[in-house]
Amino acid sequence: MQAITDYIKRLFLWELLKGMSVTGKYFFAPKITIQYPEEKTPLSPRFRGHHALRRYPNGEERCIACKLCEAVCPALAITIEVAPREDGTRRTTRYEIDMVKCIFCGYCEESCPVDSIVETPFFEYHGDKRGDLLMTKEKLLAMGDRFEQQIAADREKDAPYR
Amino acid sequence: MFDIVYQYLPYPLAYSLIILIKIVLLVVPLMVAVAYYTLAERKIIGFMQIRIGPNRVNLSIIPGLNLLRGFGQPIADAFKLMFKEIIIPTNANRYLFVIAPTLSIAPALAAWAVIPFSETLWVANINAGLLYILAMTSLGVYGILIAGWASNSKYAFLSTMRFAAQIVSYEIAMGFSLVGVLMAAGSLNLSEIVAAQQGSVFHWFWIPLFPLLMIYFISGVAETNRSPFDVAEGESEIVAGFHVEYSGMLFAAFFLAEYANMILVAALTTLLFLGGWLSPFQGMGVLEQWTAWIPAPFWMFAKMSIFMLLFLWFRATFPRYRYDQIMRLGWKVFIPITLVWIVVVGLFILAQLPPWFDSTPITTALASR
Repeated sequence: MQAITDYIKRLFLWELLKGMSVTGKYFFAPKITIQYPEEKTPLSPRFRGHHALRRYPNGEERCIACKLCEAVCPALAITIEVAPREDGTRRTTRYEIDMVKCIFCGYCEESCPVDSIVETPFFEYHGDKRGDLLMTKEKLLAMGDRFEQQIAADREKDAPYR
Repeated sequence: MFDIVYQYLPYPLAYSLIILIKIVLLVVPLMVAVAYYTLAERKIIGFMQIRIGPNRVNLSIIPGLNLLRGFGQPIADAFKLMFKEIIIPTNANRYLFVIAPTLSIAPALAAWAVIPFSETLWVANINAGLLYILAMTSLGVYGILIAGWASNSKYAFLSTMRFAAQIVSYEIAMGFSLVGVLMAAGSLNLSEIVAAQQGSVFHWFWIPLFPLLMIYFISGVAETNRSPFDVAEGESEIVAGFHVEYSGMLFAAFFLAEYANMILVAALTTLLFLGGWLSPFQGMGVLEQWTAWIPAPFWMFAKMSIFMLLFLWFRATFPRYRYDQIMRLGWKVFIPITLVWIVVVGLFILAQLPPWFDSTPITTALASR
């Protein structure tokens, strides 16, 4: 009996009609599209985007060239060279992140003892030519200067959970 | 309307000129319809997937104002394809490679010659119209077969093998369902088939030939190689099938042919089963009078658009058939059903079942015998 009703159902395309009624219903459903440049989805304060090197409020760069980020980077995207500055402090002479290699895992930020290297919520960047996505120390410090307020606010929001 | 041409030109010249004008008047709107059908497809499938589809292409006369709301998309697509490089693979058969898209689009457009849009609106009104359309749609297979062969690509070749087998299988079911129609109408001339459905909505052939209507349309979906029967294209298995190696305008020609064929199947289903240009309010007294001002082609296009929507709806809903299931459906389901229903239609005609079969040419011939 079951076989016969199944056969009749199949012959009259019952399941197919049910499927079409589902898609037909969704035709009139409200659309969920976000029209990107005009509309944006909210970002978590933990969002991991473009990197930045931060400074202390007095303008001194935070990085002490401990090389922990370079050591922890699973994609080997960070390159650091170190030398003492004129005042005798340990500073980086070269701090580069290859954004083509970077996998945005956030380990560099986790490992940093002085909260120097951070990942900002900024993700709308691109490179026109070779080398554009090799972020030098100057570019990273500039990013830090540009987004300092946002970085500080995001860190504060996330502080209770750290 | 064309009398002036006959007055000033010798007959053969005038005749050719008029045919040429008619062809242009048919093909240009058809191409526009095809272009906007692709937009409709993307929009409708988008809506069914809770997206909004293309809405960006705009005329930037007034900056910041989206005047066209994406309605420029087909034109932008056409320009992109026109300026794209046509790449011919090294070991391809150049001659066949270039001629295949033409072989595909020419029959798709030629078949439109016999489609009547009203009692007086057609390019050619030939007595074997249905036969001519069967011939033309079958010829379209060669374009795809040759494309797959000439590409010298295993994916393209596999796709043509699938396509050829699928077309041959479904052509039979399609042919049988057409046999049912021409038994009911007693004519191969498309205008006469529509005329045989005169009366009211209930005089149209969709009631007595309902199984044939379903089978004809589903076979039509399979013939035009559309989802869920698009194994020949099968982008997840064989990349894009027969047109993997094609780019630019050569690819566009295949694309145009496919969509022209889809609209053709919609038009044929309308003509054969849903009374073509006949008003659905025919024989309904007041309603018929109120809608008398609407021109006949409007009803034709309205009915066609139902089937054109169904094509897109199917694509948004169904996953692709497995290949052996396609063959099973064609050979073991459709052909038996059509054969049985042809016998049933024969019995209807013998019984002179009103309102469809009481005054068709065949039944009147039977009665006078």
